[in-house]
This record gives sequence, structure tokens and C-alpha cells, in this order.
Amino acid sequence: MITHLPILQVIIPLMAAPLCLLLNRSRLVWLFSLLVSGLAFTISVLLLQQVMTSGVISYELGGWQAPWGIEYRIDQLNAFLLLIISGISTVVLFAAHTSIEKEIPKDKHTYFYILYLLSLTGMLGIVATGDAFNVFVFLEISSLSAYALIAMGQKRQALWASYQYLIMGTIGATFILIGIGLMYQMTGTLNMQDLSQRLPEVAQTRTVFVSFAFVIVGVCLKLAMFPLHLWLPNAYAYAPSIVTAFFAATATKVAVYLLIRFTFSVFGLSFSFTTIPLQTLFMALGLIGIFVASTTAIYQSNVKHLFAYSSIAQIGYMIVGFSVSTVAGLTATLLHMFNHALMKGAIFLALAAVIYRIGNVELKSFRGLGRQMPLTMAAIVIGGLSLIGAPLTVGFVSKWYLLTALVEQGWWPIAVLILLGSMLAVVYVWRVIEVAYFKEPLQQNIKVKEAPMSFLIPIWTLVIANIYFGIDTRLSVQVAQAAAQSLFGVSP
Amino acid sequence: MLIGLFNDWIVVVLMMIGLYIVIAHGNLIKKLIGLTIFQTSVFIFYISMANVDGGTAPILADGINQYSNPLPHVLILTAIVVGIATTALGLSLVVRIKESYNSIEEEEIQQQDNDEQLSMNKAEENP
Repeated sequence: MITHLPILQVIIPLMAAPLCLLLNRSRLVWLFSLLVSGLAFTISVLLLQQVMTSGVISYELGGWQAPWGIEYRIDQLNAFLLLIISGISTVVLFAAHTSIEKEIPKDKHTYFYILYLLSLTGMLGIVATGDAFNVFVFLEISSLSAYALIAMGQKRQALWASYQYLIMGTIGATFILIGIGLMYQMTGTLNMQDLSQRLPEVAQTRTVFVSFAFVIVGVCLKLAMFPLHLWLPNAYAYAPSIVTAFFAATATKVAVYLLIRFTFSVFGLSFSFTTIPLQTLFMALGLIGIFVASTTAIYQSNVKHLFAYSSIAQIGYMIVGFSVSTVAGLTATLLHMFNHALMKGAIFLALAAVIYRIGNVELKSFRGLGRQMPLTMAAIVIGGLSLIGAPLTVGFVSKWYLLTALVEQGWWPIAVLILLGSMLAVVYVWRVIEVAYFKEPLQQNIKVKEAPMSFLIPIWTLVIANIYFGIDTRLSVQVAQAAAQSLFGVSP
Repeated sequence: MLIGLFNDWIVVVLMMIGLYIVIAHGNLIKKLIGLTIFQTSVFIFYISMANVDGGTAPILADGINQYSNPLPHVLILTAIVVGIATTALGLSLVVRIKESYNSIEEEEIQQQDNDEQLSMNKAEENP
């Protein structure tokens, strides 16, 4: 049993998805999905323990040996990502039953959970697999179910947002497919480990350059990296709230993982950063992304839009950490992936609670909510402080590591720009806080009460995690550092 | 040189036609057609990549020792299925868009969204 954990991680949610059809009762399907997601979380915890104590796990699918068969390969980075995805998925699902009651017609509830589980499968699969073509297949599983989930939003804009995402996402995934094909043409293998050994021999050919370009652009489309982010704000804003919370916390992290995996492991550090000037390009795009997206966030009148733009800015921080291309920089990126999942999960779940009570998240509807929904608003405040990077929250930890990494390289100007970017976060978070705490409530919202327990429990689980991992950083930093070191080939 | 890479040229031309349609056309169905052409070019790319000169289908038989590479063909079967799923999902989205916007032209849809936003802002100014 314990040796089959890597495949169970992916196959359990995959098999569970169609089983939901048999249950076909909203509450039953919810409990079942929650159980499955919880099981996936347990497996990811076990996998992380196993990886941290005894090193990389390699699992051969169907017993076919690695470069020929498909290999599932779990190292520290994979295990860390699996933990983030399955953990957030479980916490978010906890609130799903109450939330979709008001947002999705009853006859579609079963389909919602099926798509949710398939999306989870896709993300877990992308991370677990060690085969480049498998990545594409799982990417499409998670993307196709994501398009359908987003289209379930209440407003008709959800359909349009989903269509735009479908076009952009498919172009991105097809680019990745072309890149993988070119790699295969040059090396005759699809196994990532094998690719990383064979690619250096042919690294100076134009085919490999082109394949690198296709993979990177494709991944960056999925990543919503500035300037390829245009699909993200509407997709997040119009999707059902639960879907937003799940995707905001996990989907872009998976794309960041792919970026790291392809540049560091498959193409190798010297190719990605020496042969090709990826560093300068990504540093510039990351910084521009932080400023443009944060500034746009300030002018949004819909709070979901506001935090969606903030997500794009946060991706900018991850890209900056990534392009430092040192162990410290990569550690900062990995930490920020974990931390950002916690903060955005908490914030978007709190917004789901607001939608449950009020029906929309226009900024003007937030008037006076600080007194009417004190616990929900407090969660947004703490999540917001974490976004800014206030001490005692997780946001501080990742910003601290990022700044240390930059200063280590002597890049003072960039460190200053990062701090200025955080100031912009103060502005947009303050806009929400000001309206919620210092304005009188709207006439129609005068009777609004605190959100039900089914929201408060998952929201505060994430908020407490935000504070806990901001103070006791042992687990997150240790794992992130180990993962970064193994990517650089340094033995810890 | 040009003749030897004939397949690749076809792939590139199809790919560019497909991407151009996706970018240049405002009609949602035409965009999906462009997307399908774009994906098809990648299928051809994989299939022609696996071809070995003088090779036959990879079935063991006497007197044959040149086989084409079956793996990319198998891979692309998967990608074709994914492509069909994408097109089906895209078309069904277009049906729903047509139902709720009564249009499948990008400009008109965006116009309607903008109008809605404007009327909401107006309502806010004079309550």
C-alpha cells in the first residue's frame, strides 16, 4: 500500500469523480468529495514525510521501467506542491455545500463536485508525474474542468470569461505540446529525468531553443504572468466563489511549478539562465507585473476583481524570486507559493461568505460589514496584512526571504522596488478596510448577520495557518529550502 | 532543403493560419475553427515526425526490419481526444453565450458588458 502512494494520490480523485454520479444527492456527494479530498491530503502528508526522511520516490506505472514507461517521481518540490493543493482543496470544499446552495442551481450540484474532483486530479497529476507528455494530459484535464467550473458562475459574464480562458488556455497548452514534441524529436524520450540528461548534448541546436521558447510561453500563459494575464481577472471574478477560492490558491501555483520544473530540471540551469537571457527578461516582467497589477487593483470597484489583480501582482513576486536564480531566491518563490495559497484561500473564502450573505462583492456593498460580519471581515484584514507582508503573518516570511535573496546578490534597487510594490498593496487592502469599518451600512444590508459556521471554520483554519506559519516557519522553510537545494543539485 | 522539410512547412503554415484566425476574427465560432486548425497542425507535426523513410507499421513480420515510430502516433491520439473535448466544450459555451447575449460577435458582447457596467455606475451616482 505505502509503495503505491504516488499513483493513489492521483487515481483516487480520478476514480471518485464519476462515482459522484451514482450518489447524485447534493449533500451525499459533498461529503463524499470532502472524504476523497481529505484522503488525498492524508496521502500527500505521508508522501512528504517519506520524501523528507528517505529521499526521492520513483514509482513505475504498470511496472514498466522508467525511460520507457511512465514514471511518477516525487521529490521535495513535488511533495510540497501536492500538500498545498490537496490541503487547500480540502479546506475550501468544507464550505462548498453552503456556498453553492445560493450560487448554483440544485440539479447541477453533482456536476459541480465531479468537475471539482477532476480539476483536483489534473493538478495533482501535473505535479506527481515525471513524464513530459503526461504533464500535457493532466494540464488539459484540469483546464477543461476549470473552464466548465468557471462557466457555472451566476452572471452571464462568466460564460464570456470562460470562453476567453478556453481560447488562451488551449493556445498555452498546445504551445507546451509543441515544445514537448520538439524535445522528443531531438532526444527520443519523454521522461523528465532522461530529458535532463540528454538535452545538454543537443543544447546548442535551434530546435531545442524553439522548444524552450514554446514551453516557456505556454507555461507563462497558464501562469497569467504579465503581459499574458488578461484572462485571469474575469475568470476569477465571475466564477462561483468556491471555484475562485480553489483556483486562486492552487492553479497558478501549479503553473509556477511547471516553470520551475522545466527551466531547472529539464532544460537545466546553465541552459535556462546562461545560454538564454531569461533572468533579465523575467526580472523585468515580474517587476512590471507587480506595479501594473497592483495599480490596477487599486481602481477596481468589485472586490473579487481587486483581489484577482492582486493575485497577478503576487505572481510577479514569485517570478522575481525565480529569476534571482540562487537557492535563496528559489526558496523565497517556493515559500511564497505556500504562503500565497494560504492568504488568497482565506480571502476568497471570506468573499464567498460575503456573497452568501449579500449576494455580491461590489465595494459599495461592503459598507459597515466590519460590524455586521466581524469574523469574516477580520479574516480579510488578516489576509490583507499578509498580502502586504506585515510581521507575524506568512506574507512577512516570504517577503523577508525574497529581500534577503536580492540583497545577497547586491540588487538593492530591486529590493527597494519590491518594498514600494508592497506599499501599493497597502492602498488596495485599505480601500476594502475603510469601506467595511468606517462607513455606515447600506439600507438593504442592515439586517445582514455573520456568516454561518460552515464558512467560518474553513476561513479561520486558513487565517490561523496564516499566523501560525508566520511565527513558526520551521515546516515551510525547511521543506522549501530542501526543495530549492535539490533543484540546484546541492546536497542539504 | 525546402522539399525535405515539406511537412514542417505545412505545419508552420497551418499553425500561423490557425493562430491568425483566433486573433483576427471576432466571431466566436470562427475563433474555435482557428483554434482547431492550430491544434491540427500540431497533430500533423507529431505524426510526420514519427515517420521513418521506408518504414512500415510497427507489426512484427518476416523480412521487415524498418518500422515507423509508433509512440508519437499514440501520443497524438490522446491529443486528438483532448482537442475534440476542447472544441465540444467551446461550442457548448458559444451556445450558452448566444442564449444569454443573443450574439456571437466579440464586439457586441463586449459592448453589452460595457453598457451594463456603465448603467450600474450611473445608478450608483444618482441613487
